[in-house]
Amino acid sequence: MPAWLSDNLITIVDGVAFGVLLFTIAVGLSLVFGIMDVLNLAHGALYLVGAYVAVRFAGDGQAGIGAFLLAGLAAVAVGAAAGAGLAVLTRPLARRGHLDQALLTLGVALIIGDLLSARFGNDVQSVPPPAFLAGSVSLVGHDYPSYRLAVIVAGLALAVLVWLLVERSRAGALVRATVADAPMVRALGVDTGRLVVAVFAFGVVLACLGGVLGAPILGAYPGLDERVLILGLVVVVIGGLGSVSGAFLGALVIGQVEVLVVSLLPQYASFLVFGAMAVVLLLRPTGMLGRAGKPG
Amino acid sequence: MSTATEAPAPAAARPATTRAAAGAVLVLLALVPLLVSSNVADMLTRVLAFALLAIGLDLLAGVAGLPSLGQAAPFGVGAYAAALLGKHVTTVGPVQLVAAAAAGAALAAAVGWLLVRSRGTYFLMLTLAVGEIVHELADRWEGVTGGTNGLAGVPAITLYPGGPPVRLAGVLYWYVLAAVLVCAGLLWMVSRSAFGQTLRGIRDNEERMRSLGYRTFPPKYAVFCIAGAAAGAAGSLWVAQSRFVSPADLGFEVSAMALLAVVIGGRGSLWGAALGAAVVVLVREELSPQLGGRGPLVLGLVFVAAVYLLPRGFAGLRIHRPRGGA
Repeated sequence: MPAWLSDNLITIVDGVAFGVLLFTIAVGLSLVFGIMDVLNLAHGALYLVGAYVAVRFAGDGQAGIGAFLLAGLAAVAVGAAAGAGLAVLTRPLARRGHLDQALLTLGVALIIGDLLSARFGNDVQSVPPPAFLAGSVSLVGHDYPSYRLAVIVAGLALAVLVWLLVERSRAGALVRATVADAPMVRALGVDTGRLVVAVFAFGVVLACLGGVLGAPILGAYPGLDERVLILGLVVVVIGGLGSVSGAFLGALVIGQVEVLVVSLLPQYASFLVFGAMAVVLLLRPTGMLGRAGKPG
Repeated sequence: MSTATEAPAPAAARPATTRAAAGAVLVLLALVPLLVSSNVADMLTRVLAFALLAIGLDLLAGVAGLPSLGQAAPFGVGAYAAALLGKHVTTVGPVQLVAAAAAGAALAAAVGWLLVRSRGTYFLMLTLAVGEIVHELADRWEGVTGGTNGLAGVPAITLYPGGPPVRLAGVLYWYVLAAVLVCAGLLWMVSRSAFGQTLRGIRDNEERMRSLGYRTFPPKYAVFCIAGAAAGAAGSLWVAQSRFVSPADLGFEVSAMALLAVVIGGRGSLWGAALGAAVVVLVREELSPQLGGRGPLVLGLVFVAAVYLLPRGFAGLRIHRPRGGA
């Protein structure tokens, strides 16, 4: 067993890095769904926007940490604007049910995807990591890219931040109260409409930041938006809707399935992602950490 | 979503003009190969195949309230089944059609057991995930599916064992038209039956149906399999025309286009979905090349416009509302 572990340690750490990256994507999807009941199918496309922002700012190979910070700031600005815009677009459809809102975001996703491939072409664009993280460090006798370790650290910090914000802060308490009983929160004098726009913007900002963070690992190419969206959805389904810790757990599980299991049993990869989802759904229809009694 | 859909009136209450219009449309559809070039006939053949996919999805999404974003999966499975049969076993079209429908239904039966336990957006999400996974499978399982290259050189179908291969676009059109009319007729009967009414009841208020003593899982599971069969049959008809199948045929875009056809056609009417399918395929195949291959952009704009401007689709635009509708 220890031999197996040391053989696969690098892959496992890779899985953690991928899982942490998935968390930044999935948690936004999960919050927007849990709080606004909107399935944002444009989430993957907005991740890709973030990735192309990284290409634009740091794609030339000589990028320092400054370029990455700049890309991060730009991603936050773009994400906030896009998220607020989507919230405004979907709100008039709230009375018409979930399907119309989801379809609207699907249309937006197609438009964004097309505009991105028109602007950046159809080739895979890679982004080198910032210069001081370009090397590798020694990890129990193996060389490991330092950027991926940095992604793990940054992702964990982000996870703690999001968890504190949603579960421990006053704003988070209001948001959770809105999920439970929006009319009551309105009666307390809180503008839930503004709250909803803020949550949507926050979720999309996380997607765009995820795009910047993930660009040196996954690159940027047309079609990545779909892949990211699907993995995000699977994570959300596994973890439970609207739950930050659920999204984290789900992301780590799918990260391992996507990286470790794929390296061990490549031919069963797509079955296993679905299989993991099916097992969780059979055992706990609301997801691993989902709140009972709210199955959709 | 339930309030936005309206069941069409029973056939008895239908004004004679509606029946006359339906008859005229059928005659016109049958005359198409005599009136247009073979290229146009080929395109209309694809429209018909896609319409069957959309009608099946409408039964699922509009009548039963289960909007699937993964309907390309049974469609693609049917297409691959028909292509493999054509290349290795038999070129008889109706055999391929039945086998593809069975393959689509089998896939739906396998995944539906889990999927139909969910509802609304959750269902949308899960079907999307399943569709993508089947897509990936088609991409990777090279020994059977030919990987990203797909399966080219599917032989032309024959109408009966030992018959001549159907190479004329017009004859192929008639075959596809006949097959689509039979399948759509079956779907229409399902929608008008007591079973269809049960599905509408579940769509509108599942809790009430439960408290009335209905078990809601079996009808939902059944309609999911029926829609899968329709999608599989549509896949076989699609391959009969294109004689080529690749993972792109079961990609997300196909699912999205099918759902778009249902939405712009009007949910729950079935005929609206066929009309929507025609619009979607025409926009994609005719308009997009003229705009420099910006297919997704046009599709996305149509999506956004349809959601805002056509909340009930074409079916909601009718001028005279039949009295005493169901």
